[in-house]
Amino acid sequence: MANLVEIRDLKVEATSDAGRVIEIIHGVSLDVAEGEIVALIGESGSGKTTIALSLMGYARTGCRISGGRVMFAGRDMTQLSEREKAAIRGTDVSYVPQSAAAAFNPAQTIMDQVIEITRIHDLMPRPEAERRALELFRALNLPNPGTIGRRYPHQVSGGQLQRLSAAMALIADPKLVIFDEPTTALDVTTQIEVLRAFKSVMKKGGMAGIYVSHDLAVVAQIADRIVVLKGGEILEVGTTQQVLDAPRHPYTRELLSAFEPKHYASPARPEMTARKPPLLDVLGITAGYGPVQADGLPLMRALKSVSFRLEEGRNLGVIGESGCGKSTLARVIAGILPQAKGDIIFDGRQMARSAAGRQKEELRKLQMVFQFADTALNPAKSIEDILARPLAFYHGMNRRQREARVCDLLDMVRLPRTVRHRRAAELSGGQKQRVNLARALAAEPRLILCDEITSALDTVVAAAILDLLKELQRELGLSYMFISHDLSTVQAICDEVIVMYNGEKVEEMATGLRQAPTHPYSRLLFSSVPKLDPRWLDSLELDPELVSAFARR
Amino acid sequence: MNKHVLHLVLARLVIAVITLVIVSFTVFAATVLLPGDVVEILLGQAATPEAVAGLRAAMHLDDPAIWRFFRWLAGILTGNFGISYANNMPVADLIGPRLLNSLKLAGITTVFSVPIALSLGISAAMWRGSWFDRAVTVLSIGVVSVPEFMVATSAVLVFAVYLKWLPALSFANEIHSFGQMLRVYAMPVITLSFVISAQMIRMTRAAVIETLNTPYVEMALLKGASRARLVLRHALPNALGPIVNAVALSLSYLLGGVIIVETIFNYPGVAKLMVDAVSTRDLPLIQTCAMLFCMVYLLLITTADIIAIVSNPRLK
Repeated sequence: MANLVEIRDLKVEATSDAGRVIEIIHGVSLDVAEGEIVALIGESGSGKTTIALSLMGYARTGCRISGGRVMFAGRDMTQLSEREKAAIRGTDVSYVPQSAAAAFNPAQTIMDQVIEITRIHDLMPRPEAERRALELFRALNLPNPGTIGRRYPHQVSGGQLQRLSAAMALIADPKLVIFDEPTTALDVTTQIEVLRAFKSVMKKGGMAGIYVSHDLAVVAQIADRIVVLKGGEILEVGTTQQVLDAPRHPYTRELLSAFEPKHYASPARPEMTARKPPLLDVLGITAGYGPVQADGLPLMRALKSVSFRLEEGRNLGVIGESGCGKSTLARVIAGILPQAKGDIIFDGRQMARSAAGRQKEELRKLQMVFQFADTALNPAKSIEDILARPLAFYHGMNRRQREARVCDLLDMVRLPRTVRHRRAAELSGGQKQRVNLARALAAEPRLILCDEITSALDTVVAAAILDLLKELQRELGLSYMFISHDLSTVQAICDEVIVMYNGEKVEEMATGLRQAPTHPYSRLLFSSVPKLDPRWLDSLELDPELVSAFARR
Repeated sequence: MNKHVLHLVLARLVIAVITLVIVSFTVFAATVLLPGDVVEILLGQAATPEAVAGLRAAMHLDDPAIWRFFRWLAGILTGNFGISYANNMPVADLIGPRLLNSLKLAGITTVFSVPIALSLGISAAMWRGSWFDRAVTVLSIGVVSVPEFMVATSAVLVFAVYLKWLPALSFANEIHSFGQMLRVYAMPVITLSFVISAQMIRMTRAAVIETLNTPYVEMALLKGASRARLVLRHALPNALGPIVNAVALSLSYLLGGVIIVETIFNYPGVAKLMVDAVSTRDLPLIQTCAMLFCMVYLLLITTADIIAIVSNPRLK
């Protein structure tokens, strides 16, 4: 019989703010059979979500399906009226959004929203719908299935909301479910639970799925076939095994190579360094937010007595899940958030708690690069102005010296000199992050605190930034403190790693020695990182006690 | 309603009371600073130095200002608003019937304009970009750009002078039938509605459009929800806070608007009374009217804030 989905020569146009019309999907064709799960993989801007949404006959504001056919169960979604499309949405094709936290209406209870599809399409009486929802809550392994529906979205965790959004999509037994990066916003330990729940429900119901993601390892666990997209075109289609084992397109090979474990060895250094005092010595830092209590400590403690040291010329990775205190640690070291207790000794000097109390020279040697280059760069200033400011502030350079130095800095981060006249909004995400880095380099620091600087970037772009960091280290003898939630990123650049959990340092280990983690939480964290092997998820056995103790469900 | 919400609401009420005390001080200070001496105006030709001094002492005008302020505040709290300088009647008796008239005007304007403005704003947001939306936008921007005295005088020119459909002045005490009431209130109400509706339409449209752009409304669309359901069930409840605030701000604008409109149409309300009191330097009357306006303003804003707090789902 015919395929459930047949997309033929789909073209989508977008109108830019300036009114220019650009084609963003250039004639894409693909099929999905009944009960098959097909993954659309590519980086941001590859058009994967746009293609998935076209299956519901929907294009986001400013976009328009301009050509081709989207056949779903024998009907062309592009030709249907608004009313006919509405009748198919939710019942035959349903959608699991990327950020469930944003996709739930804050003003309605969870149950009202989960069963809304049955109300809109008048499918079944309310008690029956609620009974079905309850079954789905159980199947998706949600805690307290009986009462969770009465709560409001802000009262449950992100991982639970993501599973609840799947329940919302599955309530009417659709023939096709579209998953739009459903686990990207989750921590790795939570991601496993959610992936398992999705997989078992889909298999049991025999439903077809489109799984949109940028993460090959995640897709390998759930998809039957993989479609690789770039710039609105299909580069490669194949079964999951085929694409992973024998990729045909160079771009696919590039994506796969980003997964090869790269272990970092810092540049050879003389043995004497061991005897020198450490560059950064952090002693028993306690810090947090909220009113100060009777014992002189803040109410919400984000860091609890954290200590570590970083030798000159070496790199330290800090990993942990959201809310573990890793960003707070960087903010305390930089003096943005003064600590309540503990000392920071940098380059042999005791640092004042607040940046305002530190000397200019101390500030210069310790720079920070933030996660979102978008918000860290002033949109009203040219790149030249942004880079010239630290040059004038720290080095007191005159105009001509600054101009020359800005060009040097752009060379250092491998950006063309012409970008200095542009503004941040005119650059790509990777370019912005390079400017962000150049600004830190302008101060000629000894240590750079990198707070999740590659998290918002696509895999290939992030790998290039990491290479750049290593080169700069060889040339300038810098040290990095590299904060990330992604183990492989940290392994690619750091000599040592500390693992944080709930504001405490639970483990400290060298990355190069392939040493096994000893603390139960680090064991759970390390084993939760998806592998490219399609059998990984099914064969993975996590200690349930470990999971219930540490994973935030 | 839980304890946390109750706490927030109480905190908001305390802030309102504090604001009211500050406002009363400002009103008092401002009227004391008004140029001109009441005593000399009252005595007119008979203002001999002895008479002036005697009357000053009798009116406690020689006491320190702060004493007079506290005496005045205590009077207000006990319902004694003082005696009018101009005609020796208790201020409360002067204001009473006028206040009723002003409230009637404001009430009719509210009942008339709020539903129309909200439904226009919501439907403009629903059919964003359509000819209907554009017409509403152009009209409301046009109306908001024209000052109310311009609207009022044009209305008088057209309806009273040329067409002779409506009376140019409004005497509220001449109403004996529904038809008469319509004729008396038509022009002031339409003028005031024009001014306050434009603001409400724009703000409601903006608030609804903002929530229509959220991911949860897109999600509801992808569940197959109709446009009406998207707006009424998903967008509107979440836009309630900003909309109520816009309504309260617009209604508080009525207070400023009535001063001009009542004067132009010679409508016997509080605002007209206040304007007359300024020209006769009748301090107790001015103070009481100013306090009245401030209290109504504060009441509207506080109510809007409390509705916003209570309707916030995150606080449930």
